[in-house]
Amino acid sequence: MNNIGKNSFDIGYMDTLASGDSALHRLDPRAKLIATFIFIVTVVSFDRYALAVLTPFFIFPIVLISLSGLPAGYLLKKVLIVSPFAILVGIFNPLMDRGILFHIGSLGISGGWVSFFSIILRFILTVTAALILISLTGFNAVCAGLIKLGVPKPFVIQLLFFYRYIFVLSDEAERMVRAGSFRAFHSGAIGFRTFIALLGNLLLRTLDRAERIYHAMCCRGFDGNIRIIRSMKITYQEIIFVFGWGALFIFLRYFNIPLKLGVFVTGFFK
Amino acid sequence: MHMADALISPAVGGVMWAATVGLIGYSAKKIKEEADNHKVPLMGVLGAFIFAAQMINFSIPATGSSGHLGGGMILAILLGPYAAFLVMASVLIVQALFFADGGLLALGCNIFNLGFFPCFVVYPLIYRKILGNYPTQGKIMLASLIAAIISLQLGAFSVVLETVFSGISALPFPTFVILMQPIHLAIGVVEGLVTAAVVTFVWKVRPEILNAAKNSLPIGKLNIKKVLLVLVFVAAVTGGALSWFASSNPDGLEWAMFKTSGKEELESQEGLHASLAGIQEKTAFLPDYGFKKGEPTAEAESKWPAVDSGTSVSGLVGGLLTLIVAVLIGLGLRQRKNAA
Repeated sequence: MNNIGKNSFDIGYMDTLASGDSALHRLDPRAKLIATFIFIVTVVSFDRYALAVLTPFFIFPIVLISLSGLPAGYLLKKVLIVSPFAILVGIFNPLMDRGILFHIGSLGISGGWVSFFSIILRFILTVTAALILISLTGFNAVCAGLIKLGVPKPFVIQLLFFYRYIFVLSDEAERMVRAGSFRAFHSGAIGFRTFIALLGNLLLRTLDRAERIYHAMCCRGFDGNIRIIRSMKITYQEIIFVFGWGALFIFLRYFNIPLKLGVFVTGFFK
Repeated sequence: MHMADALISPAVGGVMWAATVGLIGYSAKKIKEEADNHKVPLMGVLGAFIFAAQMINFSIPATGSSGHLGGGMILAILLGPYAAFLVMASVLIVQALFFADGGLLALGCNIFNLGFFPCFVVYPLIYRKILGNYPTQGKIMLASLIAAIISLQLGAFSVVLETVFSGISALPFPTFVILMQPIHLAIGVVEGLVTAAVVTFVWKVRPEILNAAKNSLPIGKLNIKKVLLVLVFVAAVTGGALSWFASSNPDGLEWAMFKTSGKEELESQEGLHASLAGIQEKTAFLPDYGFKKGEPTAEAESKWPAVDSGTSVSGLVGGLLTLIVAVLIGLGLRQRKNAA
């Protein structure tokens, strides 16, 4: 039950973050979408033993978080919450791939452990990038950007509807579960029969609601389109943002800065 | 079952994105052709229903675990394949963006795994076939149960294929299949029971809803051949383009990777994984690219440490230093921002 409230609160909180007002918030959503996508594709394009080469890429989330004033701790917590799946699949690497890749002193490091940590790094990088994108832009602006980028309109319009009604229906579900638990002798888990009745009723209410919404919208002149008042403009800022980051990512993809730095530093100790 | 970006390669992600974008475009076109304004708000609100329904858990007797609704199949039953596919895609987009549940690059894979199979394969070929023209309560229950189980099995198998083709996880194909399929059989049975029960509930209380869904012909009548053709075409074009891109200058790329990563790949390749790796070599953009030595692992083990331990340790030291520098830059920027 708490779970339900927390989820919609979470979405609401990210929308609050998106209503912030920094230069990065004001950037055209298309620019942020494209830059984030280049970032993710570059990060995952490394081979499976890439570890140190990935570290320079942290500059992207770190700079965006610092410049926009997003709460780093909150984003990190969200990354941690979803990490179990990546860890679960990744943890098999050290078991399957035991070939020794290199030694630190007398300690042999197997390829499996290297690729495991590589997965973890990729995971943190890609997930934070996606979370930053939405907390800097907001869902409605992302949708507006999608329409401009040529995504079919019926799809985006129902996406907007969907987003708008998440809150309403989550509240509805929460009320139903709460009402159910008040009337049950055992608090906590719901049995199968109750669950189906809850779900079925929620579905019926949803369908009726959809009908009412549609009639209400017809009264107000709905013709299958939603018009969004938001002037989107590509200025030199957007161009610099996309091409600047893009160039940096490609540079980091092909030049191993950490290795050069490491060779330079360890050179002193030899 | 949501795949993360960290486990897939750009080629796999790209091909699945292309396939998904093609399917979304095609489905959106179909919805537009139908010119039923009524459907679009209904789709959105039903998406929100799936979202809300997933938050309600019930306890599975004698296991101590809990289950919830996945939703792909129920959407297909209520809305028909095209609209259901679009709604499933939106649910996954919101999950990926707000809960980081499945990555952005992996979004194509996830929409395909959880949307394509229930909507375009299982719904027309299994659910409708079992249901026939004169549905009864028993038929509805049986059809929903079987359909949900099969679509989850197909989805899970597709996850395995995508992961193995990506080559980031070291799990060999047979092991991964043995892990994934039974788990998803269990999940599928639960999902099937829930789907069957909810659909039966609706059938009992408001049968006209299911009849309407069945009779809305433009949506119900699915041209599966066309869908598959579009899909194969898109996948072939992107796959071809990506592999052409990868192989147009393989030497340069390999050389650059050897130089930049400072280490060659070593991995044991046996049985099916080896033959898959053969296919993968043709399709994969970067992972596993060209560094095959054709030597058994044991030999490789004895050979490698001597060669690149120096550069690898330097690489790690350099990596740590780079991280520290990145964090310092961030702190500096924040300080400046706060001062300003």
